[in-house]
Amino acid sequence: MKGYKHHISRLLFLIVLIFSCSILFAGEAESAKTNKEKPKGDSLNVGTMILEHIADAHEWHIMTIGTTEVTIPLPVILYDNGKISVFCSCQFNHGETAYQGYKIETEGENKGKIVRVLDDGTVDKTAALPLDLSITKNTMSIFICLLILCVIFISIARRYSRNPNKAPSGFQAMLEVLILFIRDDIVQPSIGKKYEKYMPYLLTLFFFIFFCNLLGLIPFFPGGANITGNIAITMVLAIFTFIITSFSAKKSYWVHLVNTPGVPWWLKLPIPIMPIVEIIGVITKPFVLMVRLFANITAGHIIVLGFIGLIFIFGKMNVGIGYGTSVVSVAFSVFMGLLELLVAFLQAYVFTLLSSLYFGMASEEHEHHVENHTNH
Amino acid sequence: MSMLSVIMDAANNLAPFAKMGAGMGAGLAAIGAGIGIGRIGGSAMDAIARQPEALGDIRSNMIVAAALVEGVAFFAIVVCLLILFI
Repeated sequence: MKGYKHHISRLLFLIVLIFSCSILFAGEAESAKTNKEKPKGDSLNVGTMILEHIADAHEWHIMTIGTTEVTIPLPVILYDNGKISVFCSCQFNHGETAYQGYKIETEGENKGKIVRVLDDGTVDKTAALPLDLSITKNTMSIFICLLILCVIFISIARRYSRNPNKAPSGFQAMLEVLILFIRDDIVQPSIGKKYEKYMPYLLTLFFFIFFCNLLGLIPFFPGGANITGNIAITMVLAIFTFIITSFSAKKSYWVHLVNTPGVPWWLKLPIPIMPIVEIIGVITKPFVLMVRLFANITAGHIIVLGFIGLIFIFGKMNVGIGYGTSVVSVAFSVFMGLLELLVAFLQAYVFTLLSSLYFGMASEEHEHHVENHTNH
Repeated sequence: MSMLSVIMDAANNLAPFAKMGAGMGAGLAAIGAGIGIGRIGGSAMDAIARQPEALGDIRSNMIVAAALVEGVAFFAIVVCLLILFI
């Protein structure tokens, strides 16, 4: 029945292609929103649409039906010189009105941030920006990711503790493969004997980054927020790695920063080139971790959004070309989506691998004294 | 004279050239990443041809090295995005 299977696989491919058109509809809703903001022309600004999808926001925009926007309003929490204000972001009316002396700035260098307004409605340019502790779209999405992580892992841990000798089944089996992969191929070779101390942090890191990346790929509600593409979040993860590296570093690590073994003396003494390089390295390593994750995920999102935006650019010229481009664009978007799946896993893997390598290098036992003496 | 004023005008208003520079920078970053990852892939192919049973090890190391090289290329992309949008 070889012909039968051939037709089934073709049908499956077509079904996947058609369902991926849901990304198309999400893009169309967004472009309608940007069209509303520029009523005078029919200028669809794809650049603005892409930036709006990538950036954080004070409300979660689901879709735009006609002229009404369906959004989930999120709480706004501001701390301004001792005064704490908590209110719903629906009071801002999608960025149009001011409320309680604050509004979302629409132009200039503070665009998108909450600024203080004076009583007559103009922006108070002399006041500092209030400290914005709101639950924004990214924060809400982190909570959703945490919920998913807790539900999955607490249920798996419970299954392990109740039946410690039973073979794993179902979801537990799939995650056990990943956890063992992290333990045996990433953490244990890098850190050595004392790897169990670092396992909780590294496991959490891997699964948090992996699930956040995956959630960012889903175009509709609980997913769709660009979490790991927010440089503040990757900066926090990199700072955690940096703090744990510094605190688990043995004395020999710090001594080697200044007096690197195996390096000729003239690189260290009159002009300390090697110590400067090593100290810059201490700062650069977490910084690179931060930028790598941020750039990979954001670039992936921008590419998919760009392909969808291409449909509307061509559609404006000629409706027929728009429909034609949509086939090509959707096919490319599916391909990019698959690539993004690989990138989601790979970036989590690389972040965890490099973190465990840094921990291993910092907590390494000092074994090189014998070598040094024989070299002299 | 008008040509001189055009040149003066161009020299004063360099914003479009900044955007062109950002575009060229992104292209150069893509070339760098392409060359780097191409070399990694080529060496991986040679290594697999020499010793086919080490396929799994070589594949995972290749992917790790490719991710690291791509990270460097993304630095350049981030700088170009900064030029374009900030």
